[in-house]
Amino acid sequence: MDWKRFGFIAIVIVGLFTVVVLVGSAVQKPILIIASMLATTITVATPLTLGALSGIFCERAGVVNIGIEGMMLSAAFFGWFGAIYMNTILNISPMPSLLIGVLCALLSGLLMALLHAVLSITFKVDQIIGGTIINILAIGITGFLNRQLFFEKSSIFGGNVPHAPGTLPTIHIPVREGIEAICGLFGNSEGCLTVAKAIGRVFDQQPIVISAILLVFITHIVLFKTRWGLRTRAVGEHPKAADTVGINVEKMRYINVLIGGLMAGLGGAYFTLESVPSFEPLMTNGRGFIALAAMIFGNWTPFGAWAASLVFGAAQALQINMQVYRDVIPAQWAILQNSYVVGLTPYILTMVILTGIIGKTIPPAADGQPYEK
Amino acid sequence: MQPSKVRNFFKSALSSAVETLLVPLLAVITAVIVGGIVIAAVGGNPFFAYIGLIQGAFGSAKALSETAVWAVPYIFAGLAVSVAFKGGLFNIGAEGQLAFGAVIAALVGYGLPNWLGIDLPAIIHIPLAVGLGALAGALWAAIPGFLKAYMGGHEVINTIMMNYIALNMTSYLLNGPMRDPNPNNVSARTPEIAMSARILPLFEGLRIHWGFVLALLVAFLVWVVIWKTTVGFEIRTVGSNPDAAKFAGINVKRTIILSMAFSGLLAGLAGSIEVTALNYRHELGFSIGYGFDAIAIALLGKTHPLGVVIAAILFAAMRNGATRMQFLTQIPVDVISVIQALILLFVAADAIIRYIYRIKSRGERVVLTRGWGG
Repeated sequence: MDWKRFGFIAIVIVGLFTVVVLVGSAVQKPILIIASMLATTITVATPLTLGALSGIFCERAGVVNIGIEGMMLSAAFFGWFGAIYMNTILNISPMPSLLIGVLCALLSGLLMALLHAVLSITFKVDQIIGGTIINILAIGITGFLNRQLFFEKSSIFGGNVPHAPGTLPTIHIPVREGIEAICGLFGNSEGCLTVAKAIGRVFDQQPIVISAILLVFITHIVLFKTRWGLRTRAVGEHPKAADTVGINVEKMRYINVLIGGLMAGLGGAYFTLESVPSFEPLMTNGRGFIALAAMIFGNWTPFGAWAASLVFGAAQALQINMQVYRDVIPAQWAILQNSYVVGLTPYILTMVILTGIIGKTIPPAADGQPYEK
Repeated sequence: MQPSKVRNFFKSALSSAVETLLVPLLAVITAVIVGGIVIAAVGGNPFFAYIGLIQGAFGSAKALSETAVWAVPYIFAGLAVSVAFKGGLFNIGAEGQLAFGAVIAALVGYGLPNWLGIDLPAIIHIPLAVGLGALAGALWAAIPGFLKAYMGGHEVINTIMMNYIALNMTSYLLNGPMRDPNPNNVSARTPEIAMSARILPLFEGLRIHWGFVLALLVAFLVWVVIWKTTVGFEIRTVGSNPDAAKFAGINVKRTIILSMAFSGLLAGLAGSIEVTALNYRHELGFSIGYGFDAIAIALLGKTHPLGVVIAAILFAAMRNGATRMQFLTQIPVDVISVIQALILLFVAADAIIRYIYRIKSRGERVVLTRGWGG
């Protein structure tokens, strides 16, 4: 990941933020708008970041994974189902129910990844077809079970969508209090308190969002600073050479694809256990594919992929904020009132950054090739 | 030819046909068995479910007609994905191309007579609506084709993005400028197209229409173009080995765009025929799901037009029969999606089927797609 790419990302993010600040400044302090945009950007980038990390683990080991979308969708469903089942049928209190829901999501991501691994590593199926099977299977299973479990009278929930145990709580990091204490030393000026409020807003995040950021760092260390990472990369770049020096290529690929499944599973949990307490068919809405674009643009590196995810997050935050400031959008910018047009930004951005205008990225050399001894 | 040679020729032709058909057939059977287990697991009776399914799909003239009606877009969309596969491209965007084609066909269908201020004769209006709809699909697919050929953007991601762009654009148009102004209308849909743009049913009282005949005709034409023309040869060569194609003097970049446009043309046809022959308007959300179904159909049909037609009719029968199945057994129609995913799983991973039924592999591996670099 070179500085040109980070520069491009910075420019796009600043541009998107500027639009929102210009529109919203009529009714809100710019610093609070920036803080709110930043917080939303980080939040909505979460499934993309986790999806991209999933792709990085798989592809660094040489297995193309376009099934991230399906892995996230099934995890979103089973995580939600697990939490509701615990809460409604077993009468477990909301918080442990949600945590068990997260475990169910991880397990479902893991199982989907196992299917992908069996198909692409053991049976040497075309990996892009294998990923497509995961996507179609996930749509079928979640659509079917959603109808069967929640809308059929004979089901365990009696034909009603039961009351969800809510979402994972925001973890309050006392940054605002800390800065306010410093403000106290300078006579509590209004400006200082606003800054404290703004920065505090950015740091109030939910657990999966925070985990995703930590996982970016962890993935970087695992991939580039450990023997495991070196072996993973060797298997993805030159499996024959890795095999020659005694690395078990198939085992390395299996484990990395399964780790990728866990990442996608956590990304799926974000949708139904953290973002909104409900499940809708097809709710992942292409995030798994945008995550792949982020992975490619980030040149298969965790930090690069995270930065690219933030661009898409910012595009989505723009859309959300345009709904908030709908009534104060100036007449000459009326196009921003059109949620359909603004809604196109993440998708168009994806296509633009894949054109390679910022230079081409290079996938791992053995990416997508089954290993034949 | 000597009799023994003739006999050998037929023998080898027969054995190769059996081999080609055996694995997909076993895949379907296996998927039906696994699907039955799924139905039983959720408390249904798989035998009644499948009896209902077959009755609903083939049990009467009306059932047969409805199966054919379902099959039309599946044939076109399945052909679309197959043509792209032949060119070494994976078109996941049939859904968006179909939606865009349907929007344009509807626009031409209801808007053109008003705009021109005259009544068009059907012989002009129908080809215009269908043709422009198909061209719109071609254009929609040519964009990812261009990005692939000249910019290296992978078509798998770009065609998906074009799906979402098409969906957003359609939502905008059908809720805004193209919305049916009828005061009773509560949904996002266009007005009905003019009578002169409508393709007629084949028989009085049944919904099966001339689009079904057209679909079969187009399947034959696709076979001719891909296997009997220079363009088809170029598409197949670029698909199987782009480097060899380049050295043979084929314009690879142009061929990639052409393959995608051809593919999108067929998907656009799927959309415009649905509008002109069946729904007589475009309604939001009707395109959803066709893209992935089309991939499954193309793979089940081994990307051969005849195979695609058979696979499309099978999928259509399942979709159509599912309603009766749900009526008889209260199993939701969505179970069909699971069975179809299983079919696709067993067809694509034919190694599993060969393993289960102990069938020897012929040793050849067909390359359908390539990684990010290609």
